[in-house]
Amino acid sequence: MPPSPCALCKVNRALILRPKDHSKLCRPCFLSTFEAEIHHTITSSRLFERGERIAIGASGGKDSTVLASVLKTLNERYDYGVELILLSIDEGIRGYRDDSLETVKRNAQQYGMPLEILGYDELYGWTMDQVVEQVGKRGNCTYCGVFRRQALDRGAAKLGVKHVVTGHNADDVAETVLMNLLRGDLPRLSRTTSIVTSTPSLSADGAGKNTNIKRSKPLKYTYEKEIVLYAHHKNLDYFSTECIYSPEAFRGSARALIKNLERVRPSAILDVVRSGEDMAKLVPGSDEGCGGVCASAVPAGEEEEGGCGSANGRSSGGEMATMEDQLSQNEAAKANGLEVEITSSKIKKSEAPLPLTVGKSRKVPKASQPRKEPKKQVMGQCKKCGYLSSQEICKACVLLEGLNKNRPKNHIEVGYEQEKDVNGATEAMKQLDVGAG
Amino acid sequence: MSQAKDEDTVSITVEFSGGLEMLFANERKLSLTIPVKDENGERPNIAFLVRHLCDTIMKDPRKELFVLDDTVRPGILVLINDADWELEGEDKYEIEEGDNILFVSTLHGG
Ligand SMILES: [Zn+2]
Ligand SMILES: [Zn+2]
Repeated sequence: MPPSPCALCKVNRALILRPKDHSKLCRPCFLSTFEAEIHHTITSSRLFERGERIAIGASGGKDSTVLASVLKTLNERYDYGVELILLSIDEGIRGYRDDSLETVKRNAQQYGMPLEILGYDELYGWTMDQVVEQVGKRGNCTYCGVFRRQALDRGAAKLGVKHVVTGHNADDVAETVLMNLLRGDLPRLSRTTSIVTSTPSLSADGAGKNTNIKRSKPLKYTYEKEIVLYAHHKNLDYFSTECIYSPEAFRGSARALIKNLERVRPSAILDVVRSGEDMAKLVPGSDEGCGGVCASAVPAGEEEEGGCGSANGRSSGGEMATMEDQLSQNEAAKANGLEVEITSSKIKKSEAPLPLTVGKSRKVPKASQPRKEPKKQVMGQCKKCGYLSSQEICKACVLLEGLNKNRPKNHIEVGYEQEKDVNGATEAMKQLDVGAG
Repeated sequence: MSQAKDEDTVSITVEFSGGLEMLFANERKLSLTIPVKDENGERPNIAFLVRHLCDTIMKDPRKELFVLDDTVRPGILVLINDADWELEGEDKYEIEEGDNILFVSTLHGG
């Protein structure tokens, strides 16, 4: 094939084929286009405010590394006037974070940003290794995922930072859209498609006082492929690993489906993201009318943070198990005629039927089974930790309760004094223990 | 270095990144010589290279993390001399002396 010239400068040889529009770009034109599009997302969604302190959820992986690099570039180029810091979470899996935390430390130097590393032990009183010791290797991804979901907010609250940006990319968002459609979880669809969400979390200073943590995804419309290419062509220093506890999590996942769709038609990824946004607008009571841009950001609540390890918004097999619960909410939506409306107006017949194979087979409750009343999802705050939750006690606290209850008795007695002041959550769990015992 | 160039082989550099190196004994960069003709007497292309990597280089049994349906699995980018392989004819690209072929996974790590 003869080399093609760049579609923008018409001079250099094209090296990049853009998935969203098939344009062919040279290296410098690709880098500047990539940055300009993220700048556009930031300004058109008014993500940042001058003077804001912003924590970048940093794992040392490609997404957060590219996010940190691009935000530094844009903050200087366009004078956003924001203060950027790196915030890393250490799950406490022996050896697992060593290299990635080293990468984040190098990034902190390379980008001249302060770095804070907070461990699950500091945030929850349990390292993942301790969780695995307790519950075994199967199912621990649920813990990892639920803890991860709150970790950045809890961490930010601890640091007194009110805005956390994450490296969720278009592929991540498209995956969660598909997962929520497969589950039939329309309320969550709304939350996961918004570019800005907000979450009450326990603030650092006040005992029991809550602070709202804003979350945003500046890379929401950015293809994973282009993130990897940007990192490559800019020679960024990032780290790749797979979660040692779930090497098989990828197989048969919605993620695999997304990548197959991309191979057939690359624009499918952004199409899924946009469709997700459109459908979210139809969800009753959704704040999505403004496209998630308006001041009253959608509560982040139980946003899918993915199962495990290094992944951002990646699904894991275990999550499919919650599908059954969600089916009852489906019923409510059906009663409103919502499902019919979406089917007829928003989903075109696909050109080719794609096998929607996802890890586990979808369990449909038998008609004879008594159905739970479809419960209205009202976002409140967890009574234990203050984190936003649709239940009285948030998932993390429920999991912690189970963990702490089963902690070997002598361990609790011996460990009580030392652990007493680890943090509020642990303390709260102790009280739960007493009550339950 | 002064070694006479073998007429029957092509020397190339193959690189792995984005986590893919884990499937290749953590080797990020390989200098390879491949035959100048493939099984059918044709010039070797990327499809041949991928088979060659699977059959002779890769010791990890999890081949399906690298290939799927006889081609590089979706989610793995291939860069030929820094250019997207889609600009070069994908797995039909005929390999030339001195080429640099980079396989980079997008599937690992956030
Ligand atoms: Zn150009
Ligand atoms: Zn809680």
